[in-house]
Amino acid sequence: MKKPILSLTALLSLTAAAVQAEEVHVYNWSDYIDEELLTKFEEETGIELIYDVFDSNEILETKMLAGGSGYDVVVPTGTFLQRQIMAGSFQPLDMSKLPNHENMWDVIQTRTEPYDPGGEYSINYMWGTTGLGVNVGKVTEVLGEDAPMTSLSLIFDPANMEKLASCGVHFLDAPTEMIPAALTYLGMDPDAKDADSLAKAEEVLMAVRPYVQKFDSSDYINALANGDVCVAFGWSGDVLQSRDRAAEADNGVEIAYNIPEEGALMWFDQMAIPVDAPNPEAAHVFLNFIMDAQNMAAASNYVYYANGNLASQEYLIEDVIGDTAIYPDQSTLDNLYTVTPFGPKEQRTLTRLWTKIKSGI
Amino acid sequence: MRRLILIALPYLWLLALFLVPFLIVIKISLSDVALARPPYMPQLDLSAGLAGIKAFFSELDFENFFFLTTDELYWRAYLSSLKIALVSTLFTLAIGFPIAYGMASAPREWRPTLMMLVILPFWTSFLIRVYSWMGILSNTGLLNNFLMWTGIINEPLQIMNTEIAVYIGIVYTYLPFMILPVYSTLEKLDDSLLEAAEDLGCTRTSAFWRVTVPLSKPGIIAGCFLVFIPALGEFVIPSLLGGSQTLMIGKVLWEEFFNNRDWPVASAVAVVLLAILIIPIILFQRNEQKQREAEQ
Repeated sequence: MKKPILSLTALLSLTAAAVQAEEVHVYNWSDYIDEELLTKFEEETGIELIYDVFDSNEILETKMLAGGSGYDVVVPTGTFLQRQIMAGSFQPLDMSKLPNHENMWDVIQTRTEPYDPGGEYSINYMWGTTGLGVNVGKVTEVLGEDAPMTSLSLIFDPANMEKLASCGVHFLDAPTEMIPAALTYLGMDPDAKDADSLAKAEEVLMAVRPYVQKFDSSDYINALANGDVCVAFGWSGDVLQSRDRAAEADNGVEIAYNIPEEGALMWFDQMAIPVDAPNPEAAHVFLNFIMDAQNMAAASNYVYYANGNLASQEYLIEDVIGDTAIYPDQSTLDNLYTVTPFGPKEQRTLTRLWTKIKSGI
Repeated sequence: MRRLILIALPYLWLLALFLVPFLIVIKISLSDVALARPPYMPQLDLSAGLAGIKAFFSELDFENFFFLTTDELYWRAYLSSLKIALVSTLFTLAIGFPIAYGMASAPREWRPTLMMLVILPFWTSFLIRVYSWMGILSNTGLLNNFLMWTGIINEPLQIMNTEIAVYIGIVYTYLPFMILPVYSTLEKLDDSLLEAAEDLGCTRTSAFWRVTVPLSKPGIIAGCFLVFIPALGEFVIPSLLGGSQTLMIGKVLWEEFFNNRDWPVASAVAVVLLAILIIPIILFQRNEQKQREAEQ
């Protein structure tokens, strides 16, 4: 009886050693990668990949601020990343371990500069825009042939919204998305944070608020696809997902994603390594793997989001690289803006304003 | 000695899983928000010894509790939560009592099956059951499709994303917590008491109101608290079924914690919520004790 026990302990200590050395914990957005890439990573590197998902920046941020999350790679959005860098949540990247970094796209790197100066802490994973998800048939039915489907007036002009209320409108439950949009509609600086500008944005939102069925950041994918709502102000990839779901269901619903002609918010999801990552070595291996041109292209081809990897573009399928809703043309790209994060005091004002808009109190 | 250990056990449990975490929450509620990890100040620095502890305590204050009184949002959210919890409790009682009464009056051999049927929904995840309600109540959902098919309505009823949906969700979810304690008191009820009441000239209805209801009071009270307390802090049901105008303290707490990243204010909101809850819990405890004394 002695022998099997011995070998069992040997086995246990072996696995324990393997666990310590060869494991990487990745925390990414839900539905945000081609799962085949995960298997490919394990096969190529021999590192065991534990992949976990979240669906809101706030959840991730709370884990980063609490510390000891146990993750090696996380994917916050630009404005959140900037604040978390300031709070000391991330470690600087070791560029010598990231040879594939040369594949990255300088256009995107320049745009993410304000969030992570010099790209010291993060690499871009995907980026996108916030715009109009439209049920073409229903909106035409309600507003007529000349409905302003590519303009913010569709959702911020009370005359349009009053009519659209009958078929349902969803807004993102994210003040950092909706306030800049309202400011853009007014022709003001979308990144303004002073009380006067916020009050003007509030006026716009309060005027259309009675016609908004719900403020939410995830249900609209299904609601649009099912025909439950006819307009949703949402994230590019999400709307494109609901376009595909409607097409698959073949339910006669035609969804379009339009970048507003007044300009749209451009956002960036960045991969970074927490300061207390258990295995930063493996985290670098993972980042380098993701920055490989073909791997990154596979991810984009799967999730229909644009990425910040220039070399990957030759491997992108026509449905992705050729779609201006994903890779906007130059004139649209010039019209996209970025915003900076709100400070703690400003954030409180913003959240309070948002509660007032949502609940009237 | 053995008795002492037996008494110590529940207290240790309470100490480790309630009192210690609660003290930590109180401590955070007295701190100030900061851009750091964790996002509040001051941190206890034991390496500085007694001076460090002193400095730590001198920086704590009640500022966040005062802040809660400066904005009507908070007390309105507490009131609105109280209202929703209270109304839901009354509805669960109105629906749960007849069900429990029916179960207790059913033939003895049926009772285990009926009991099983009440517990059966727990075998499915709570979240999935709330999501199924979304499928039932939405504009293109089962209920509206059925009503339109029968011709009762022409336009879909807007139930989803309203307060009505929140009530439906809460009443549905907590109904078993009302039925089970009420049933257990009704089942123990001695039938000869009702016969005696009728012998003494009571009608069946007045016997019900004067004998059955007073005797089932402990069950009713237990059921009401089991529904009221979790309903007050409910977060999942209003955020999934309710609309943006449904104001509940659970949601406010979430926003403070996640949107504002203001853990100190979020903790203050939680401490006040607990204070509101402790009053009914104390009343409940007292009632239990009285009952126990009466039984002895």
